[in-house]
Amino acid sequence: MSNLAVKIEDLHKMYRLGTIGGGTLRGDLQSMWARMRHKEDPNMMIGQEAYTKNEKFWALKGISFEVEKGEALGLIGGNGAGKSTTLKLLSQVTAPTKGKIYLDGRVASMLEVGTGFHPELTGRENIYLNGAILGMTKTEVTRKLDEIIDFSECEKFIDTPVKRYSSGMYVKLAFSVAAHLDSEIMIMDEVLAVGDMKFQEKCINKMVDVSQKEGRTILYVSHNMNTIRQLCKRCVVLDHGTVKFDGDRDEAIELYLGNETDKGIYNNYEDYNSELEHTGSVKIIDVEILDRRHAVIKENERLKIKVRWKANKDLSKLCFRMPIQFRDGSAVGMYISDHIENVKAGQLYESRIDLNTIGLVQGKYRIDIIISEINMFGGHIRADIVGNALNINVENVLNSVNNIEWYHNAWGSYSFPDSNIKTFVI
Amino acid sequence: MEQTWMKVIEPKNRLLDLKLDELWRYRDLIMMFVKRNFSSQYKQTVLGPLWFLIQPFITTVLFTIVFGNIANISTDGVPQFIFYMAGNTAWLYFSTCLTSTANTFVSNAAIFGKVYFPRLTMPISSVIFALITFGIQFAMFIGFLIYYVCVGSVNPNITILYLPLYILQMAMLGLGFGIIISSLTTKYRDLTVLVSFGVQLWMYITPIVYPVSTMSDKMYKLIMLNPMAPVINNFKYSFLGCGRMEYQFWLISIIMTCVVLFVGIIIFNRVEKTFMDTV
Repeated sequence: MSNLAVKIEDLHKMYRLGTIGGGTLRGDLQSMWARMRHKEDPNMMIGQEAYTKNEKFWALKGISFEVEKGEALGLIGGNGAGKSTTLKLLSQVTAPTKGKIYLDGRVASMLEVGTGFHPELTGRENIYLNGAILGMTKTEVTRKLDEIIDFSECEKFIDTPVKRYSSGMYVKLAFSVAAHLDSEIMIMDEVLAVGDMKFQEKCINKMVDVSQKEGRTILYVSHNMNTIRQLCKRCVVLDHGTVKFDGDRDEAIELYLGNETDKGIYNNYEDYNSELEHTGSVKIIDVEILDRRHAVIKENERLKIKVRWKANKDLSKLCFRMPIQFRDGSAVGMYISDHIENVKAGQLYESRIDLNTIGLVQGKYRIDIIISEINMFGGHIRADIVGNALNINVENVLNSVNNIEWYHNAWGSYSFPDSNIKTFVI
Repeated sequence: MEQTWMKVIEPKNRLLDLKLDELWRYRDLIMMFVKRNFSSQYKQTVLGPLWFLIQPFITTVLFTIVFGNIANISTDGVPQFIFYMAGNTAWLYFSTCLTSTANTFVSNAAIFGKVYFPRLTMPISSVIFALITFGIQFAMFIGFLIYYVCVGSVNPNITILYLPLYILQMAMLGLGFGIIISSLTTKYRDLTVLVSFGVQLWMYITPIVYPVSTMSDKMYKLIMLNPMAPVINNFKYSFLGCGRMEYQFWLISIIMTCVVLFVGIIIFNRVEKTFMDTV
């Protein structure tokens, strides 16, 4: 008797691209009739070859992994990596094209909370309905009803039709039902990305409880590395339908985040010419991130980069400027270097920049690199500019500040490290 | 390292694996869906379930006027109103079973795409819901029937004991055709248009507004091959005493019904596995 809860063996899933069939019975019959007589299919596009009507797309190309009982496994990967497909197959929403999944235990999937909620029914009725959909019997739900209502914080509105609920209440109620199920395997896809912060924390704690105390198995998919870190010890990284990594959480997260940046640690810009106005009196050749394997730094780390550049003209004063933007384009800040003096034409230079990035909160950033001539009046004129020269991914570390979801929109991207608070009784 | 697995997910179901045991485990869900259908249909309506009665009543009145008085079609000596109401009530049950299950996949794609439960629970709950409506409509029919019995113009006989069989057969046939159509509509949407139209046509080849007694023998045999025809015919005989009991064709239609339902469940189980990719 081994203690595996899930075993996935060489799982493949193929989707057809484009429209499937003619869409109408008549169209398909017509095509079939034409093919039978070896005539040209009247529904085929001109120039299209027979039988290549639909291109195939393999969403999963043979993934295999195992999950032990009571383990919380994180599934991470970029868009299109195959995470959601894997979960869909696990929860039997659709069937695999090839391969097998072995399950030991009942599966409760929460691919989206509140599916199966009916707007006209009251909260209480919906608890029963949702419970039944997830495989509970009526008596099981009744036994857990109080616990569910209590957890959902909706006891006041429990006999109101859910169509009058706020979206937050809706989600809370749905999560509560699923979390209290008697299933041995729970499958969740970013369900915690909703609800207020307090409730999110409550959910995470509940999930940790579920996996550690109740010994239930959790498969968790999220883009939020924070929750992954809190919940899972082991992660599987998927990439283009294959398992890229399976093992320790931190290593997996670093690999994933490194993959996520569009640029690596070394970028050559010899052939790059910005559309923005610049004099061209110097040329940036390449930019490299030092001391790292991936373009990922932790929140409490500094970023060291090396820039090689060439002067095309004698210049008396230069400086580096590096505007930093969050990935959504919102400005974060700008670094202006000390002056570099007496640059000679034709000479190659290497500049090492040690950027104090401590305090940048988790997320993706883009850094532009500008070298400016400084004229006799102290004004800056762009000599060369490389937009989006570097992409870095800042990874959070668990501490008192960043244990919460960071609202970049409202809070910006800087967390003021090294500040302190002292409180006295007065 | 041997481990017993509770469940193995494979690319395809075995052909004859009807998974009825799983369906039984989800029986609570079926009842929940019935309840959901009921309350979602009649919450915030003024007349509520009274609508169940209005529809067949008005149709019957209309039939009486059009087919009875204007077209003057024979009703085997039975008062026109109760003749039409008998056919109508039974037919309405069958057609509701059929049309409400015919769009199972398409109309539930949103929920089917998110969570697994035996898909057959949906059409079955529709059929049970239809049974409730039928119960109410049937009660109205019985009410009128008692009046006509007292007047002495109709004479029900012992064959009314077949009623559960009639109901079961109509449900099975409606469900069978319904899930076949719903399986096909995942690929061919134009079938949904066909359903309401087809049901209407089907009604006219079923002895609802006319009795079979006036037909030629050849025509009679032909029309009795329609699996609904013997059921309706026998239903009318049991409750109104008109025409005669038809056993031979009834047996054929029962066999047809079982085949349709069986084939339906097989197709349905095949489609349910991957319909999310095509719907």
